[in-house]
Amino acid sequence: MNRVIERIAAAKRSGEVSRLVEAVPYASFMGISAVVVEGELLGRLQFADHLIGNPMLPALHGGVIGALLESTAIFQLMWETEAILLPRTITLTVDYLRSGRAVDTFARGVLTRQGRRVACVRVDAWQDDRSRPIAVASAHFLIETAEMPGPTPSESDT
Amino acid sequence: MADDDSERLRVLTDMNRRFERMVPHNRALNLEVLALEHARATFRLPYDRKLIGNPETGVLHGGAITAAMDAACGTAVFQALPRPMVIATLDLRIDYLKPATPPRDITIRAHCYKVTRSVAFVRGLAFHDDESDPIASGTGSFMLGTTTTRRAPESE
Repeated sequence: MNRVIERIAAAKRSGEVSRLVEAVPYASFMGISAVVVEGELLGRLQFADHLIGNPMLPALHGGVIGALLESTAIFQLMWETEAILLPRTITLTVDYLRSGRAVDTFARGVLTRQGRRVACVRVDAWQDDRSRPIAVASAHFLIETAEMPGPTPSESDT
Repeated sequence: MADDDSERLRVLTDMNRRFERMVPHNRALNLEVLALEHARATFRLPYDRKLIGNPETGVLHGGAITAAMDAACGTAVFQALPRPMVIATLDLRIDYLKPATPPRDITIRAHCYKVTRSVAFVRGLAFHDDESDPIASGTGSFMLGTTTTRRAPESE
């Protein structure tokens, strides 16, 4: 068992989702954390000046919003699946709907399909008003679950 | 020829400075402009421990590559425009082809291959040294001529 898995298991046992991002340097650099709000697991991006991409507006960097969406999808997978390794992103597609203002941003991931090897997650990101998302994403991940049945050619998993 | 080279160097230095000053997140990533040509931009994302996504392997987080890809693609669009315009990312797709190797720097090369009146289309590749052995590929579209007005606190 590796440490990431022990960390995820400990987070699930204790119910402290914040432990999902412990020891991930990029998450602390970005100010990305996992929080539970009214029973929902959310990704949160705490606003900071170094996240700005366009200082004239000002607006968040597109890559920063992408990072929040991808991280939130990974949190959801770690929380909801029996993944024994960190999910590996295959593709991430982000649609930018509105520019991100200089405030905190939240995101919610929904697992839309889990196969034996691939999982698909949709994620929405918003700021003050959840009904006005600033970006949406769809992402595919390679996952490795604790129970890995032998290959069954008749069963599609993508 | 020497004049051409010095002019190119001057433009590149100027671009780097503007980049540092203008885009705080690019500065936070230590993103560096390596080359600019018509409709093309090449950037370097230096390996940095603060960008690690998997502490067990030291592999950089995908988010850092996404941000660098967005920056390189946007700059390639600028290089393709007939005159300076404000642009906004419409969508961006990243395919992660293989994990980056720590602690090597990453080069990102982007090409804006089509500009229409309202939209520009761009693709990019991230790699260590060899473009034929890529780490990630990106495809994006950008809206051209979006508004530059500083927004009022409560408006969109």
